[in-house]
Amino acid sequence: MAFVSSGYNPDKPMADRITDIGPKKYDLFYPEVIAKNKGKWLYHEILEPGILVHVSETGDEVYTIRCGGARLMSTTHIREICEIADKHCDGHVRFTTRNNIEFMVDNKEKVAPLKKDLESRKFAAGSNKFPIGGTGAGITNIIHTQGWIHCHTPATDASGTVKATMDVLYDDFKTMRMPAHLRVSMACCLNMCGAVHCSDIAILGYHRKPPLLDHEYLDKMCEIPLAIAACPTAAIKPAKVELADGTTVKSVAVKEERCMFCGNCYTMCPSMPLADTEGDGIVLMVGGKVSNRISAPKFSKVVVAFIPNEMPRWPTMTDTIKRIVEAYAADANKYERLGEWAERIGWERFFEKCELEFTHHLIDDFRDPAYYTWRQTSQFKF
Amino acid sequence: MKHETPLLDQLESGQWPSFVSDLKQEAETRAKNEKNIEYQIPQDAVDDLLGVLELSYKHGRTHWKHGGIVGVFGYGGGVIGRYCDQPEKFPGVAHFHTMRVNHPAGKFYTTEYLKQLCDLWDFRGSGLTNMHGSTGDIIFLGTTTPQLEEIFYEMTHNLDQDLGGSGSNLRTPADCVGQARCEYACYDTQDLCYNLTQEYQDELHRPAFPYKFKFKFDGCPNCCVASIARSDLSFIGTWRDDIRIDQEAVQGYIGGELPSNAGAHSGRDWGPFDIEKEVIGLCPTNCMKMEDGKLLINTRECTRCMHCINVMPRALRIGNDRGVSILAGAKAPILDGAQMGSLIVPFIKVEEPYTEIKETVIEPIWDWWMEEGKNRERLGELMKRQGFQKLLEVTGFKPVPQMVQEPRTNPYIFWKEDEVEGGWKRDINEYRKHHLR
Repeated sequence: MAFVSSGYNPDKPMADRITDIGPKKYDLFYPEVIAKNKGKWLYHEILEPGILVHVSETGDEVYTIRCGGARLMSTTHIREICEIADKHCDGHVRFTTRNNIEFMVDNKEKVAPLKKDLESRKFAAGSNKFPIGGTGAGITNIIHTQGWIHCHTPATDASGTVKATMDVLYDDFKTMRMPAHLRVSMACCLNMCGAVHCSDIAILGYHRKPPLLDHEYLDKMCEIPLAIAACPTAAIKPAKVELADGTTVKSVAVKEERCMFCGNCYTMCPSMPLADTEGDGIVLMVGGKVSNRISAPKFSKVVVAFIPNEMPRWPTMTDTIKRIVEAYAADANKYERLGEWAERIGWERFFEKCELEFTHHLIDDFRDPAYYTWRQTSQFKF
Repeated sequence: MKHETPLLDQLESGQWPSFVSDLKQEAETRAKNEKNIEYQIPQDAVDDLLGVLELSYKHGRTHWKHGGIVGVFGYGGGVIGRYCDQPEKFPGVAHFHTMRVNHPAGKFYTTEYLKQLCDLWDFRGSGLTNMHGSTGDIIFLGTTTPQLEEIFYEMTHNLDQDLGGSGSNLRTPADCVGQARCEYACYDTQDLCYNLTQEYQDELHRPAFPYKFKFKFDGCPNCCVASIARSDLSFIGTWRDDIRIDQEAVQGYIGGELPSNAGAHSGRDWGPFDIEKEVIGLCPTNCMKMEDGKLLINTRECTRCMHCINVMPRALRIGNDRGVSILAGAKAPILDGAQMGSLIVPFIKVEEPYTEIKETVIEPIWDWWMEEGKNRERLGELMKRQGFQKLLEVTGFKPVPQMVQEPRTNPYIFWKEDEVEGGWKRDINEYRKHHLR
């Protein structure tokens, strides 16, 4: 493969350089019906799972078919999306915050052929390319992070845990039988790219072993003061270490019982890796929400402290998630989000109904906010 | 396939779209190369990505190393360096950097534009993307260092497209679908998002902040982009006047002619719609009632939670006196625990060119944070360390009870000298005239 220049001249990087132009302007990409009716929408309705109509005061309508998608997406797949949008949607398409794909048409008659086309497309091994759903009181696509595909700090994979979970929850992507929205999110370490800390169910990768110390290289590869400063629990201090060959090097020492396994030191210093086959796994958190509907936004709470990584399909994790979803679906009132349900019945009942074991790991002991989570009343349920 | 992937192959079954199948189809497309593309990074990059991922599935550990400093000239963000820790086994992904491409607000696209992006990325990258990353960017996943400037040059010259943010920069701002296709949107999220992105290009590309900074724009309190949970400044659309009521449509819901919740609960038989139980009884402030067959809402008591509007979208509409509430300091748990945004501006009008938002909210807060914030300290953490009062001081906003959940439960008020009559300078000898030692 011969190098092909774009026109960029490395000897004169500033020649013809264009910078600070920002993104493309949003309205270049609006479908005609959107451009015409922006700000004029009167109401919407979910006609069936995954299919919405929005009605404008001008009388115009836009029909949207929402499809799930893996956020990891090849150009081959994007070109197929384009082919569909060219065929049915005048060359327009939209993505949602939760990695769904939205195909829009301006006429009800165009919905059925589009739907049929989308449903007919499958990957070679049989999975659906464009499952339709993800609306209303159901379970929509899982937002997630990079995982083992492309990140240096994950404690689990993201795409794989999401695929395994969505296969188990697939029927609820296609239907709307839940008491309210149920949002599942996934982050592969506690840096939590995205909003998993406020999700109905959050899948979180977690390390459980303190960093390894590559003493011979640590001072050469890292700024030791930065690694020390990065630790939120002040567990890292400078140390002089004698190597096997008798030389003494500058390095760090870790007070291991103070480590919260956040990996911040590793982000600052590559000579302090945390990843470990047995140490790493999954934490499940539940009951968060970002909407202000009825009750205020809430953080998710840890209800399962650890599930081992079970590649490739994480069955213990998906079974546990399914159990929580079914307990919620069976017991919550209409409109009640998972966290609102747990608060109404009491967390002691939540553990009972979801058949989850309560262990000391689930009692907060991290700084001031911990105290506010302990029971400070004689009101509780047996 | 170049590598055996028995573990990943098990993720090809099931109904949900398989990313493994998609990776395989991309590997195959590149191997066949029917378009005779002169690939600028290894043709088998996707094969090797499958190989290294399979190895991670075997080991239960990642095989990606730290970034290192790579980027494009003059920018301090937008590119995340990535190297494989098994480069000899998987040379196709030995260098596999990420580029963040600033997505268009609202995430609408023309296929013409998407195909141009695909052409560029097939030619100079792996052909793998995220549509989209968590912050909102289009993510180009995997290219080599020599291609970075070439991609940037083609993107800026041919596609009129810039990179997004990373590192201690303003991160790529993101918004909901907004007024483009939602009747709940209280302001034009796309325009505010685009305008601020353009205004603060320098902050987006050149790291001058203590740490990352995020803007997110939700058109209404339903918060579909989760701004309240994950952005340093969260803009949530709201209104101050009456919810508009169509009494005839209210009757339509009561009579069952209109589908409640816009059909969102139609997958189960919840029984006939009951406005008392489902709307009036669930109103968090009890500010609604039915009187003489009419639905009444006491606007002064309404906290605009959206529940009634969500349940009866054809009968109830957002008010006309619209603007945004601005909340500051949300972040994910690193370092010191998760924080939700805290209300700093209860209401501000959203009017082009948004000067008031820029000059009275964003810029004073940035000045304070850049002056006082420690390395890797998010705005929310600085707010906790120096106190909400400090935020009021730097912005000049008047304290109002809307800003707190409840008043403080301790009396440990840090009075300032100028707040106390006579100041703090006193004479001990004068005191002792009346109080013996």
